[in-house]
Amino acid sequence: MFILIVLLGLMIMGALVAVEAKNLLSAVIAIGTAGLGLSIAFLLLKAPDVAITQLVVEIMAVVILIRATIRQGLPSSPMDSRPLGVVIALGFVAVLFLAAIPVLESIPEFGDPVMRVSRSYVDGTWRLSGSTNVVASVILDYRAYDTLGEATVLFTAVVGVLAVTRLSGRREQKDGAQEAEQGAGR
Amino acid sequence: MAVYVLCLVLFCVGIYAILSKRNLIKIIIGLIVAEHAVNLFFILVAYRIGGRAPIFEPPPVSIEPMVDPLPHALVLTAIVIGIATTAFMVALAMRIYEKYGTYDIARIRELRG
Repeated sequence: MFILIVLLGLMIMGALVAVEAKNLLSAVIAIGTAGLGLSIAFLLLKAPDVAITQLVVEIMAVVILIRATIRQGLPSSPMDSRPLGVVIALGFVAVLFLAAIPVLESIPEFGDPVMRVSRSYVDGTWRLSGSTNVVASVILDYRAYDTLGEATVLFTAVVGVLAVTRLSGRREQKDGAQEAEQGAGR
Repeated sequence: MAVYVLCLVLFCVGIYAILSKRNLIKIIIGLIVAEHAVNLFFILVAYRIGGRAPIFEPPPVSIEPMVDPLPHALVLTAIVIGIATTAFMVALAMRIYEKYGTYDIARIRELRG
């Protein structure tokens, strides 16, 4: 698991660069490093389906974020964080870290999961769903309503993005307001 | 244990960015980092040393030991929902930039008047 630790260190460094970089575009590219490292970590942890999804989704996320940063130009003011805010944030993060360590000690040791629920899924996969891929049988058969809800969330997000970014409705509203003013003036 | 702690450090980096940054894009980046850390944590919990990926060979022979497939399915859903919420947040940030001409949350608060 030495490779995994090195990969996690790379991801943490990428995340730190993304958080602290002055240039927004380089921050977005650094977050791409963290995401692609995460995809490789999924492959090392024997989760190929998740790794493929993460790869596609990370590329999409970087494209979306570049769309948000590239046209707007660089920030003219450096937007430094306030010193007091940094101190408070660091204190909160330190408390979070120290509080989470005992929790991590209480969960099962790394490399030895408790498979109480998934045992029945694994035993029934071939017999009940006829699928050879257990993950596919779980998301498309046992927990199909989960996937339906996921599709609903995706659809809602698309509708929300369209409603927020569309231009036509706003322009018509402005025209309508002018016409109403003219009508009132006449 | 060391792997869990490194995953927790990654989560803390994301939380720090959310709490201390004034740039909206930096806050979104912090949320993405925290989300990566949570997804990675679930896959780490599911890992079994020497385990195989949860895919049978066509005549279902035993593939024990295998990693836990249930968190994989849950994380698959979480990743897709994560990209949907990220896209919506970026759309809101771009709309705010159109209206106020800045990503700085402190200046947006001043300009609202």
